[in-house]
Amino acid sequence: MRLPTWLTQHIAALRALLVFTVLLGLAYPLAFVAIGRVPGLSDKADGSLVTVGDTTVGSSLVGQSYTDADGNPDPRYFQSRPSAAGDGYDPTSTSASNLGPESVVDTLSDNPDDASQSLLTQVCARSLAVGKLEGVNGSRPYCTADGVGAVLAVFYRDGLTGPVTRVVSVNQTDKPFLPTYGGVTVEPAQNGKDYQALGGVITPIRGNAPSSPVVPADAVTASGSGLDPDISPAYATLQAPRIARERGLTLDQVHKLIADHTDGRALGFLGEPAVNVLELNLSLDGK
Amino acid sequence: MAGWLFVITLVLALAAVYRPFGDYMYRVVSGPRDNVVERGVYRLVGVDRNAEQTWGVYARSVLAFSAVSILFLFAFVRLQDKLWLSLGVDPVNSHVAWNTAVSFVTNTNWQAYSGESTMGHLVQMAGLAVQNFVSAAVGIAVAVAFVRGFAARRSGTLGNFWVDLTRITLRVLLPICVVATLIFMIAGMVQNLSGGTDVTTLTGATQHITGGPVASQEAIKELGTNGGGFYNANSAHPFENPTAWTNWLQIFLIFLIPFSLPRVFGRMVGQNRQGYAIVAVMAVLAIASVALTVAFEVHGAGTVPQAVGAAMEGKETRFGIPNSAAFAAATTLTSTGAVNSFHDSYTALGGMMPMVNMMLGEVAPGGVGSGLYGLLVLAVITVFVAGLMVGRTPEYLGKKIGAREMKLASSYFLITPALVLIGTAAAFATGHNSTALNVGPHGLSEVLYAFTSASNNNGSAFAGITVNTPWWDTALGLAMLLGRFLPLVLVLALAGSLARQKATPESEGTLPTHQPLFVGLVVGVTVVLVALTFLPALALGPLAEGLS
Repeated sequence: MRLPTWLTQHIAALRALLVFTVLLGLAYPLAFVAIGRVPGLSDKADGSLVTVGDTTVGSSLVGQSYTDADGNPDPRYFQSRPSAAGDGYDPTSTSASNLGPESVVDTLSDNPDDASQSLLTQVCARSLAVGKLEGVNGSRPYCTADGVGAVLAVFYRDGLTGPVTRVVSVNQTDKPFLPTYGGVTVEPAQNGKDYQALGGVITPIRGNAPSSPVVPADAVTASGSGLDPDISPAYATLQAPRIARERGLTLDQVHKLIADHTDGRALGFLGEPAVNVLELNLSLDGK
Repeated sequence: MAGWLFVITLVLALAAVYRPFGDYMYRVVSGPRDNVVERGVYRLVGVDRNAEQTWGVYARSVLAFSAVSILFLFAFVRLQDKLWLSLGVDPVNSHVAWNTAVSFVTNTNWQAYSGESTMGHLVQMAGLAVQNFVSAAVGIAVAVAFVRGFAARRSGTLGNFWVDLTRITLRVLLPICVVATLIFMIAGMVQNLSGGTDVTTLTGATQHITGGPVASQEAIKELGTNGGGFYNANSAHPFENPTAWTNWLQIFLIFLIPFSLPRVFGRMVGQNRQGYAIVAVMAVLAIASVALTVAFEVHGAGTVPQAVGAAMEGKETRFGIPNSAAFAAATTLTSTGAVNSFHDSYTALGGMMPMVNMMLGEVAPGGVGSGLYGLLVLAVITVFVAGLMVGRTPEYLGKKIGAREMKLASSYFLITPALVLIGTAAAFATGHNSTALNVGPHGLSEVLYAFTSASNNNGSAFAGITVNTPWWDTALGLAMLLGRFLPLVLVLALAGSLARQKATPESEGTLPTHQPLFVGLVVGVTVVLVALTFLPALALGPLAEGLS
């Protein structure tokens, strides 16, 4: 019996798929799982796990939070970057924030479930918190002194032009960060109002904060994976005085530890210098 | 400065391998002899390796293989909880299963799911990763068949799909992946079948360190310009991209095959200079795009990047901004779609570049295979436009570009814009854009990016949009399916039409297609086609955001 061509073609296709599945889907990966058992490679193949005594404390490639049960930073440890993975550094739910460069207007609400912070307010709040923890100035451009995005909704008589008729500070329900704008008194925002939809032109206000803030960029932004194991040398250095104080070390000792755990650019030009936070903190515990 | 060195070393490395690796691939697809493994595969598959296929048979073989693959993968993810190594995850629901099956078979690797919580290890390696290999091989096979159309002299046949598929998989993809996997494992990527390890962090919390056969999948993810991550965070995840130098290597692997295929083209048509002209077009567009993306991101315009002092949101410390931006350009210039940083948080113009790259039709250098055939179709259109200017019948590589050829080539270029713009319009018309995280121009960018990525079989996501709803899964699945197979069939039809022609001898009026003038013309035609098609949509999205 001769099968029709279309059928023989599909049978050949199925046989080809099965052959390749066995070869590429089983033999190839499993061979490498076996190679991963070789001493020297097995630690890495298993996830670069770090063990202290008989407890596994993490992976040197995966960042973790150094916070107490309430989420407050543990002052005895160098802090990692903010993380958007689950509740923070959750490898079962890796993620970035995915908020855009003009995410500047918060959703304010009485009900905390409906409220959400813009990326700008998150950055401002983190900067203020880090500044407070490290005892430095946490101010940034486009941020209010109370740590939210300094953003106005400006209403003009003719839509986009003409004299200013009304100004609302959209991220603040209390005292606005600016008393007046364009000769008009700035009002605080009310919960649940969308001032952009009402015709307000969203206008971020730069303010007079220095353009290179004391708190470094990586300290106020979430990473791509939410598991960033590293911080910048600048952020590590910023944390050094607190660590020295909490650990009873001299500042020089802490700086030396940071230098020991800083990886420069690979081959001098790949990537950026980075400090592995887990390894650095383990070296503190070892002191 | 270090960022520019990163780019320059990549260019130099790719230039160095162009000839040797291109010649190697040429021998793989043109050599008369099969090795013992290949003969074994032909026997198991039950095909006659000497049967020459017309374009119709070749196309039907591709479609049969892809259809069977989609059904197989769909069943696989639906039944995964009943198989080994499922890690206790649930079966994937039907619309995500459809989307995922189409996505991996079309070399798109758009992911409507999050790897670590949705897929068991067996599905990842024996389902998804197998398609990473074979969908890449299908792309290269079709490109090779297309070039055979130019090289053929009235034979009307394009080779044998099963032979191409087998040889490309076993002699090109697999050996490089073996080497890359080993290097990646040395760098620290995980490769195990473990369900993960619970650890107690320094401050006493519990953290679940995930496992999986990651390194072996990572190699083909980049080499096959697939891009589907083992984990949700893709190449930003430390287990998928542990160091700055693996980041360099991943970009190199992404570019390796697409940038070397023009050499295969040159060898097959018997004029290496034609290959150089094509690779020059790719290089001009790619270098311009990488440079602009890096420049926009380093400049860091926009309210939040200004407040932060750098566009660091969604980027990893070990890569930094320039190397993240270079990866973003590489992944969208090809059809890869892997990400090492999250494009949604890019500056407005920096985030526009990946979109523009995909809108260019992914021809600089494009996906494995699809980039070459896409650019050759553009070259055909350019020859035609140039022919109109001087008023004579255009020809390319000794083949006349007549009415039938032009109809096929123009249809090829209408498919993707139609899918992108109709899809985006449909999302807004039906209110399904409401799942976007952002509003205003950025919300439009998110929707536009999703359809651009799916229709071009890229698979990178602007993210920030919830796409695992039935509507989005179905719509993007259709965009991926049509965006892959309609152009592919048209290209094979064009090849068949060219293969039946006899060669026209070169005359005084023939436009030389190996000189800078032609390279410039193709670049111009590519940019103009994209600008005419997509500028209005871009103006409402990223341009509006960047200028406001």
